[in-house]
Amino acid sequence: MTDLASTDAPAAIVTETDDGAARLHRNLFIAIAVALVIAPFVAYPVFVMKVLCFALFALAFNLLLGYGGLLSFGHAAYFGMASYVSAYTAKNWGLTPELAILLGTAVGAALGLVFGALAIRRQGIYFAMITLALAQMVFFFSLQTPGFTGGEDGIQAVPRGKLLGLIDLADDRVLYWLVAAIFMGGLLLIYRVIHSPFGQVCKAIRDNEPRAISLGYRASQYKLMVFVLSATLAGLAGATKAIVFQLASLTDVYWTMSGEVVLMTLVGGLGTVFGPIVGAIVIVAMQNYLATLGAWVTVVQGVIFVLCVLLFREGIVGVISKAIRKPL
Amino acid sequence: MFELLGVPPQALFGQVLLGLINGSFYAILSLGLAVIFGLLNIINFTHGAQYMMGAFVAWMCLNYLGLNYWAALLLAPIIVGATGIAVERLLLKRIAHLDHLYGLLLTFGLALIIQGLFRNQYGSSGLPYAIPPQLAGGKNLGFMFLPNYRAWVIVASLVVCLSTWFLIEKTRLGAYLRAATENPTLTQAFGINVPLLVTLTYGFGVALAAFAGVLAAPIYSVNPNMGGDLIIVVFAVVVIGGMGSIMGAIVTGFSLGLVEGLTKVFYPEGAATVIFVIMVLVLLVKPAGLFGRPA
Amino acid sequence: MKLKMFLAASALAAVMASPALAQQISVKAGVLNDRSGLYADLSGEGSVIAARMAVEDFKAADKGIKVEIVSADHQNKPDVGSTIARQWYDQDGVDLILDVPTSSVALAVSQITKEKNKVHINSGAATSDLTGKACNANTIHWTYDTYALAQGTGGAMVKAGGDTWFFLTADYAFGHALERDTAAVVTKAGGKVLGAVRTPFPGTDFSSFLLQAQASKAKVIGLANAGGDTINSIKQAGEFGIVAGGQKLAGLLVFLTDVHSLGLQAAQGLVLTESFYWDTNEGTRAWSDRFSKLNGGKRPTMVQAGVYSGMLHYLKAVEAAKSKDAAAVVAKMKELPTDDPLFGKGSVRADGRKMHDMYLFEVKKPSESKGPWDYYKQVAVLPADQAFRPLSESECPLVKK
Repeated sequence: MTDLASTDAPAAIVTETDDGAARLHRNLFIAIAVALVIAPFVAYPVFVMKVLCFALFALAFNLLLGYGGLLSFGHAAYFGMASYVSAYTAKNWGLTPELAILLGTAVGAALGLVFGALAIRRQGIYFAMITLALAQMVFFFSLQTPGFTGGEDGIQAVPRGKLLGLIDLADDRVLYWLVAAIFMGGLLLIYRVIHSPFGQVCKAIRDNEPRAISLGYRASQYKLMVFVLSATLAGLAGATKAIVFQLASLTDVYWTMSGEVVLMTLVGGLGTVFGPIVGAIVIVAMQNYLATLGAWVTVVQGVIFVLCVLLFREGIVGVISKAIRKPL
Repeated sequence: MFELLGVPPQALFGQVLLGLINGSFYAILSLGLAVIFGLLNIINFTHGAQYMMGAFVAWMCLNYLGLNYWAALLLAPIIVGATGIAVERLLLKRIAHLDHLYGLLLTFGLALIIQGLFRNQYGSSGLPYAIPPQLAGGKNLGFMFLPNYRAWVIVASLVVCLSTWFLIEKTRLGAYLRAATENPTLTQAFGINVPLLVTLTYGFGVALAAFAGVLAAPIYSVNPNMGGDLIIVVFAVVVIGGMGSIMGAIVTGFSLGLVEGLTKVFYPEGAATVIFVIMVLVLLVKPAGLFGRPA
Repeated sequence: MKLKMFLAASALAAVMASPALAQQISVKAGVLNDRSGLYADLSGEGSVIAARMAVEDFKAADKGIKVEIVSADHQNKPDVGSTIARQWYDQDGVDLILDVPTSSVALAVSQITKEKNKVHINSGAATSDLTGKACNANTIHWTYDTYALAQGTGGAMVKAGGDTWFFLTADYAFGHALERDTAAVVTKAGGKVLGAVRTPFPGTDFSSFLLQAQASKAKVIGLANAGGDTINSIKQAGEFGIVAGGQKLAGLLVFLTDVHSLGLQAAQGLVLTESFYWDTNEGTRAWSDRFSKLNGGKRPTMVQAGVYSGMLHYLKAVEAAKSKDAAAVVAKMKELPTDDPLFGKGSVRADGRKMHDMYLFEVKKPSESKGPWDYYKQVAVLPADQAFRPLSESECPLVKK
């Protein structure tokens, strides 16, 4: 399980210090920024915001699996709990959106710290199972505290409020810029972390933990840090989503949500910087546009996943990265 | 008459028995998963869908072919097992050398396809399937009313689980299987057809799921989603028992059914979550599960 | 420029071509429901068929109203449902959303409908909050609600001598609401609630809870759950000889499709409340025959019938208002009496509650049934004013003084 990313991640193909790759990445960032500016004028803004929230979620997950080598099957817990906290505080305490999002993110981080400390003591499939079990407990908690979570109705009609008490976010196009900024910030942070000395150590631990330990690195500390960082960003995504959709519901903490983020990451390309974004676009678009297909939705989804595993194991971006021989 | 936390002991005894009966399903299903995981190293997410197929094949046998429950109990595992063999040969084989995760994802996709197809064909609210007349009714045991069919479920599952255990641990075929689990290359070198063994094992694991499905058809709603949520619980059972451990899967299946049954009496709301609490505790104390060998 | 002229000319031609009305109104209706999950059979494609039948029966085209119907699957998730609703209203020019089973999704869609000033006619959801504390001027709740179900099943059972109750309650807000409402009715009618057990949702095995219900010696076991939970608990109640032992099962939310999936052997004797049954009179039979021809032989549920009736009334209101402006149409819908072969004569109340009679049914024994889909016998009729929550008790801001 732990050697998963190293065998499949195209990052291993070329060295990290490749100048061409750095230039390519810079151009890609510019392209993403341009796309973010154009997107709301071309596509439906709410849809784009949904994609951005899930892309950030998938990026956070990929940080843990692709670069930390840790497969969490319970990322819905941080995403969903942050989404509840942000929705609850915005609605019942009347917090401004940025404070609600920050508070939600903080709760995601705190939860990540506790769960991470428990989970990193185990490896591989057992690590995945502990995270799943802990997430199921969060789900149970959410179900049992309707006063806080609204039970299966969720917290509805969350006010979008005014940013810093000044800018009204009720208009989708105004809110969009906030979401785009959060997304871009998250993406840059992750990119920075991956290419920092900290990120290098994480990759070393992912590839060969005993060796990293023998080199004097405290592997469990690094693992915990990358876990908390991932949970925090997942929380940020969830908290933002609650403000965008004005809704936090049980769907966000259910295990299928944890599964969905795994799928997004895999479809896009595990262990690639940009893969999760593409994966999120594909999956969210599929859910959106296939909704009219009715009962065939699940069949089509299933076929796509089977094909992905059989033919595009590296994910979409992974395949491209291999073709151009540069890490993406 | 003493009471335990407000529950009379007779009632408690009834609940324990019911818990064990529910544990039967966990035991058969987790046994299948464990067998498959042991040899193929694949977490078979399609297991829930194959359990559902078992129940549906039983229904089809009755409504299209006029075959009764007993015939279905024999036929459904064979038919569904055959589809499992096809799946292994056509799909799983191609990803055998890869990480668990891909097997999980592929079988998850398959589960979506199967459930979707059944839903299109038969709708989502389920189909009627009656208890076989030989097992209708029940006995009043004094402390509870025990339907004959439930008694049959526990007997049937015990027989199936123990014979499987015997087959794997005590026969020559089982020895090949265990050898192939331990070291496939070496086993192959001894002239044993490991790929065939792998295929048959998968077919057998799937057949077990289908068997559980037929057992479930008369008492649970026969609908395309019946295996969807169950699969997560069964995973937990396998993990608690120790991945790949045959006896672990059986014993854990029955005991978790029992624990869940007791939870239903004292804290019904928590019945669905108690298994996960146990899983976390077990994994923190015994990393390889209760019966697993430490890696 | 030329293209614009051409478009204008052809639009003009289209208007001229329909002599009945000077002005052509085109309406886009979205049927939003569960098409792949638990409620796909009781709503799903059948609701779309019902909506199309309403357009056909109204002869909308002859009256200068062009109707287009779109549909989507909300997967019983409020976030999916609200995304689709937003997109339909913002982007696709949808004027009204129909059906929406699952209370959590319905509340979300109703909220968005108000925000975007469109119309929502709900048929599939149960929560009485839609016309209670969450009511708004853009939402009409058509077919049934938890209050009416509790009145029907709870009240009638006590009257028939079932005065001690035990509840099997699905452990989520909807189950709790159903239990609370029914318990209130039971106590008010002079009955007594002996106990309740909260079952994890969704559940498969209810035997343990049924055993507790059996031990309580209550005359009636109320099933405050829905869908698969209800089917499983009824199936297992039969197995444990609960009905044979003299206790009665009361399904607080059971649909025709649930009974169909259980089979009469397992479901016989079950008492339930619905607002529509296909075999009630000449009108319902004729309509249901047409419907089942289009729906692969399946008979309509009350939810699907409600979509038909709601769509029909909406079109009448559009014709009368000569506009599809939400406020005008809803005002007309509340002003005009409703009348169709399925629900008979009725009205839409100020709080958005559609008023019609509810029926208490008992599921037939296999020997009484003449064939497939012949499942219910009528036990009692609840007049609309007794079935639904009176305005005097309403928490709806629209009617509160």
